[in-house]
Amino acid sequence: MSTVEVQHVAKTFIDHLPVLQVVIPLISAPLIVFIGNRKLAWLLAMAASATAFVMACLLLAQVKDGSYISYHIGGWAPPLGIEYRIDALNALVLMLISGIGTIVLPYAYNSVNAEIPKRHHTLFYALYMLCLTGLLGMVSTGDAFNVFVFLEISSLSTYVLVAMGAGKDTRALTAAYDYLIMGTIGATFFVIGLGLLYMATGTLNMADIADRIAEQGTNRTVQAAFAFIVVGMGLKAAMYPLHHWLPNAYTYAPSAVTAFLAATATKAAIYVLLRFMFSVFNPGFHFEDWTLYLIFIPFSLLAMFAASFVAVFQSDLKRMLAFSSIAQIGYMLIGIAMLNATGLSASIVHMVNHGITKATLFLGVGAMVMYSKTSFFDNLNGLGRKMPFTGAAMVAAGLSLIGIPGTAGFISKWVLVQAAFENGWWFIAVAIMLSSLLAVVYVWRMFEVLYLTAPDEGCTATDPPLPMLIPMLILAGACIWFGFDTELTLGSARVAAEGLLAGSAGMAH
Amino acid sequence: MQHHLILRVITKMLVGTIILFAFYVQFHGDFSPGGGFQAGVIMAVAFILYGIVFNLSKVEQVFPPWLVHKLVALGVLIYAGTGIISLFLGYNFLDYDALNPHHPSHGQHWGIMAVEFGVGVTVTGVMVAIYYAFAGRPPPMKDEDW
Repeated sequence: MSTVEVQHVAKTFIDHLPVLQVVIPLISAPLIVFIGNRKLAWLLAMAASATAFVMACLLLAQVKDGSYISYHIGGWAPPLGIEYRIDALNALVLMLISGIGTIVLPYAYNSVNAEIPKRHHTLFYALYMLCLTGLLGMVSTGDAFNVFVFLEISSLSTYVLVAMGAGKDTRALTAAYDYLIMGTIGATFFVIGLGLLYMATGTLNMADIADRIAEQGTNRTVQAAFAFIVVGMGLKAAMYPLHHWLPNAYTYAPSAVTAFLAATATKAAIYVLLRFMFSVFNPGFHFEDWTLYLIFIPFSLLAMFAASFVAVFQSDLKRMLAFSSIAQIGYMLIGIAMLNATGLSASIVHMVNHGITKATLFLGVGAMVMYSKTSFFDNLNGLGRKMPFTGAAMVAAGLSLIGIPGTAGFISKWVLVQAAFENGWWFIAVAIMLSSLLAVVYVWRMFEVLYLTAPDEGCTATDPPLPMLIPMLILAGACIWFGFDTELTLGSARVAAEGLLAGSAGMAH
Repeated sequence: MQHHLILRVITKMLVGTIILFAFYVQFHGDFSPGGGFQAGVIMAVAFILYGIVFNLSKVEQVFPPWLVHKLVALGVLIYAGTGIISLFLGYNFLDYDALNPHHPSHGQHWGIMAVEFGVGVTVTGVMVAIYYAFAGRPPPMKDEDW
């Protein structure tokens, strides 16, 4: 047998970042199950997600100039092999997901102790890490089918995480079941879309699909694929008429899970929508234009008003925030539908800003629920006064949710309104402002309950222990920080938006 | 006590053969149809059959649930570990060339063997765990219990 000498240049740590930030959380999950110790489980989860966060930051630093990194899994060159492709857009979303994943974990330690039976703790952390793996993988891969695989990893673990709220309220089980059915339909639609695309182009690499569609033009198969993918991802992103799983899932899931999911899961789905709309298909096709103008805009407007309106009348704080999330997703989608660089950067920056804001609010509610056991407004009377730091964090985040100047929420709405004027769509700009007024109403209801009502007689609530308080304060600080320093968020979002509008970068040669 | 004598005897004879066949499918998977997934299912069938004919507690003595859960995790670790080894050798994740740089096709061969073994272990564990979960369910609530 002859021996073949193959020239090979050894790869370094930096070269491996695109895959390592997915693989490290992935490995931590089975390790947690294998070790099976509650404290070690938390420690491992924390170490792995913090590592992933640092790696995401390093990646963003590399691609912030608008370039991209391509990583070939197994050394097989795309389109045959699976490619991970990191550019400014996914690096920013990766940073959001792993950042929130890391910040929620110290909080989760106490919160999980209080809400989930002890024998499930190691499984909780394992699933949490799997969910994180799935979301990170979905965002970093450049292979269309790989998106589906990671989507399923994150979804399946999410269903179980939501169901773990059953220790507190058994309605978590039906919520998880609803989410399971809707999520599975979404994932199925998505994979049908991928099947059609594969049929039309014979490839699964996103850049390669884009090249081939551009070459051969569109046909019915490609259009059907687009429709299936939009509906499938719309379900996962809780796009307005497809949002029914969301309020219950967020309300009954354990507090830490709600905070993590609200900030990451729908954002990852919106990222996939963006990726498919701009880097696989392109807005030059009429069917995509029509979808954006005739479907995204009306439904986003409906989401902004109807969901906010429903939020105003909720009697449960968590559920109110869940409906507010649906309305906020409307803002992100309407930014996409504006089809200009400003609109796209508005929706991308809103993904980050809203993620941070909602995570703060849900963490705050979770801390109050530790004391009050339920998140009904009636049980939260005056808790803001009894828990000054938690209350302060929630006020900061509440202001950011409305979009008061000086908070992160203001930046995204401001850019969004600018984008509407750029297109000459003044009525959309007015609608955005009017719906923000609805946000004022529901956020005010929260302030009223937390501060302006008298706490119950003999109320012993105090601020939660530091490991829970610090994550909340960090996130609340971020809500304000990103309202002044937009270099990181808006800067990267603008680079990402330009990258998206330029279309697919094509196959690497 | 001694119902279904034929079933019991035949099962005891078959269990070993099924396990042997599972190993054949596992390790001969690169020359004949098969591989980790199929082998894992066949392996799990041996335990499930034993559990059906004897009963759940008997099979849980042989293959305790805690071990099943560890195996599920172990398989994933074997798979991902193979990828990590190639990382440490300076190659891309899951690039099996790393396992034998002078003869990459051998490296590929070993790599796929290791990965398939991981798949087999996990699939066995998952299949048995699903069976335990369903078989171990408490009977549905009676009308009087409402």
